[in-house]
Amino acid sequence: MSAALFYIFAGLLLGSALFVVLNRNPMYSIVALVFAFANLAGLYFLLEAYFIGVLQVLVYAGAIMVLFLFVVMLLNVQPDQPQLGVVPLERWWYGVLVILFVVLLLILVGRGAQGSLPAAGDEASSIGSVRAVGEALFTKYLLPFEIAGLMLTVALVGTVFLAKRRI
Amino acid sequence: MVVPLMHVITVAGLLFTIGVMGVLFRRNAIIVFMSIEIMLNAVNLAFIAFSRYHNDVNGQVFVFFIMTLAAAEVAVGLAIIIGVYRNLRTSYITDINSLKH
Amino acid sequence: MADTLYLIPLFPLLGFLINGLFGRWLSERQSGMVATGMILGSFFLSAQLLLSLLARQGEQVVFVQTLFSWIHVGDLHIPVRYLFDPLTAVMTLVITGVGLLIHIYSIGYMRGDPGVRRYFAFLNLFTFMMLNLVMADNLVLLFLGWEGVGLCSYLLIGFWFQDADKARAGMKAFIVNRIGDAGFIIAMIILYDQFGTLSISEIAQAAPGIDVGRSFFIIVTILLFIGATGKSAQVPLYVWLPDAMAGPTPVSALIHAATMVTAGVYLVVRNSVLFSLAPPTMALIAGIGMFTAFMAATIAITQNDIKKVLAYSTISQLGYMFVALGVGAYSAGIFHLMTHAFFKALLFLGAGSVIHGLGGEQDLRKMGGLKKAMPGTHLTMLVGVLAIAGIPGLSGFFSKDEILWAAFSHYTGFISWIWLMGIITVGLTSFYMFRLLFLTFYGQPNEKGRPEPHESPSIMIIPLILLAFLSILGGYVGIPESLGGHNAFHHFLAPVLAVFTVAEAAIQDTNHLVEILLMAMSTAVALGGAYYAYQVYVGQPAHADALAQKLQLLHRLSFNKYYVDEAYQALVVRPLNSFSGLLWRWFDEKLVDRVVNGAGDIFFQAGGLIRLVQNGLIQQYAAFILVGVLFIMGYIYLN
Repeated sequence: MSAALFYIFAGLLLGSALFVVLNRNPMYSIVALVFAFANLAGLYFLLEAYFIGVLQVLVYAGAIMVLFLFVVMLLNVQPDQPQLGVVPLERWWYGVLVILFVVLLLILVGRGAQGSLPAAGDEASSIGSVRAVGEALFTKYLLPFEIAGLMLTVALVGTVFLAKRRI
Repeated sequence: MVVPLMHVITVAGLLFTIGVMGVLFRRNAIIVFMSIEIMLNAVNLAFIAFSRYHNDVNGQVFVFFIMTLAAAEVAVGLAIIIGVYRNLRTSYITDINSLKH
Repeated sequence: MADTLYLIPLFPLLGFLINGLFGRWLSERQSGMVATGMILGSFFLSAQLLLSLLARQGEQVVFVQTLFSWIHVGDLHIPVRYLFDPLTAVMTLVITGVGLLIHIYSIGYMRGDPGVRRYFAFLNLFTFMMLNLVMADNLVLLFLGWEGVGLCSYLLIGFWFQDADKARAGMKAFIVNRIGDAGFIIAMIILYDQFGTLSISEIAQAAPGIDVGRSFFIIVTILLFIGATGKSAQVPLYVWLPDAMAGPTPVSALIHAATMVTAGVYLVVRNSVLFSLAPPTMALIAGIGMFTAFMAATIAITQNDIKKVLAYSTISQLGYMFVALGVGAYSAGIFHLMTHAFFKALLFLGAGSVIHGLGGEQDLRKMGGLKKAMPGTHLTMLVGVLAIAGIPGLSGFFSKDEILWAAFSHYTGFISWIWLMGIITVGLTSFYMFRLLFLTFYGQPNEKGRPEPHESPSIMIIPLILLAFLSILGGYVGIPESLGGHNAFHHFLAPVLAVFTVAEAAIQDTNHLVEILLMAMSTAVALGGAYYAYQVYVGQPAHADALAQKLQLLHRLSFNKYYVDEAYQALVVRPLNSFSGLLWRWFDEKLVDRVVNGAGDIFFQAGGLIRLVQNGLIQQYAAFILVGVLFIMGYIYLN
């Protein structure tokens, strides 16, 4: 894979994700998240997961973020007042937990696999293709696939139920 | 030029940490919810990386299922946020503490 | 033949279930018919079995049927096994026969009572338990019946539980019986420990050959006898029986005169082998029996409640039975048990008929002159009184004299005091029974404010007549040899009973002249008592009060039942009460309660601490999840 492209996508991804979390205006956050997911889709393409990359754009950047957008507009959410948007200072120990988490995570990842990923096109790999994923889904994972469909139906019914003003 | 696997995983880990920060520090329920999505995507990235590394399709199938789940979860979760907002006129999760008793 | 044994107790059980579960859908009449029909079935079956027993003379005269294994723990194996031998035959026939008549009588007596279905259900349950008691092959099954009849007794004494006094009488009966039951249970444990079985026949077989020393048998038999004193109302545990008269009169007749109270007698006879191995216990039984008979008779003389007189009379007659057992004349005891069941049931039912006719009046002083109004009741009760007083030709005469004769010949060694007391008691019995009869039916009608007396309906009179015939004829199964019979009853029972050498000698004693002389003596005493009662209560009605004045101290003692209840109250109940109160206030409240509440408090406080974590801040919950994740990561790091 192309190393330069990877680091560019990765940098943009982390930066926009941070923007999502640190920004006070939910509307900006959503746009930044869409951007972050687009970068993530780019990473997927670099990793030769083409099907998943397309799904990422379609489902996340397309469907899910539009849903977020609608909700923000529906509720007419205003930007947070300074200090009000974050938890109070007495919860400082959350920060300690997060720092500990990052440190431990990096240590553990550093101890992990030391191999490297082949560059794009180096090895003929078709596991990311629609065909490969589809074959796995409809043979080995047929039952979970059906269950996933059922789950979506349940979620649909549940959402309608919850969102109705009067039941 | 190749990218070490560790770098991809590190990116996934940092992305996850950003999600954790959002969940822990922000009070706006919608932002918290977006942070959860970030965390899910961080896991997806790790899955894809390992799938590529091992040349195994199973990881991608898992990502597919996680996406399905995320879609369902977002739909239900946002419906709940709307329901809560309608009743309590707030989307700050620190104001919602009926679970206390 | 033996495979129908289980049906005998099953019928009343069915009746109990039908009346108890479905009674609300039965009419009053149907309820009574069901209960009576079930007893009738049992009665016919027992009669049939008796006939085949009689046909089997010479062989093994016992039917046994094992139904199923009841308790099987380790070496302890207790089957539900019924047996039917001559002793059981007599008991079963008395229970079902007298029970049948009393059931019929109850249909009339209980008419219109709102609880009549409950009444018949209890009565059937009682019969079931009593049959269990007498048919049981092992002590545990016997004990089931023993407790079961106690329960039914409690339920029926307190049948009209709306009246607090009656409910309390039921409780008194139950609690006093518990004291005796404790003795029974301990005896069972000791016996099991020694013999490794609780089957009565197996114990009886093993007992003579076992080498445990005399004191073992003395202890066991005394414990069993304590059980018997509770159920059969002997000194010192007799106090519940007079109070038990709070129940409906047919109940008093069936349970507290004819059947249940004889369970103690039955228990001793059933275990006669054990008792015969412990002569000191036998002497104790004879002594207590005689003392009870005499004391109860003296109390009965002055009581004014018609049922109380009969209750003390029952205690007194039970005392006679124990005298018989104590001198080893087991068959005489059972004989008297049977005849007593007939005439005491008759007397109670007659008393019930009088009470019924007077609209619930039980006070003898308010009766009088009922002869004309209630001719049927009068005649049948006259038979009953003659029978219990021991007038020759009626059943009581034969059974009582057999006991007195056994007592006399048994204790010839020293001045036969038991026999002497027995003779005196015969006179007392005759006196108080005729007093009851005269005060009820003769003399001037005491009409002040009492409802017009009326004769009872025929459904109540017919059982009275049948019982009267039984009271006359019941004695002729055991005519002693001295009067030309050959005591068929004794020979019928003999295979079941232990041979108590001394008593056997007495019964075999061919000195018929002495026996006839003694009979004449007791007859004379009985007639004398009757005559004196006539003098006092019919001849000169004022005489009774004058006599009471003259013997003021004795009269007071007797009238107040020797203050035994008061003594028990002061010596047992009250110290126990105050001791319990002390325990309650000091031990229970100050110690136990504090420990218990303290335990609760600890958890309450701990819960309060943990509750601080549950503050409803979702983000904090998420942070705790993160803490958990950190622990897992730390674990991976360290490995």
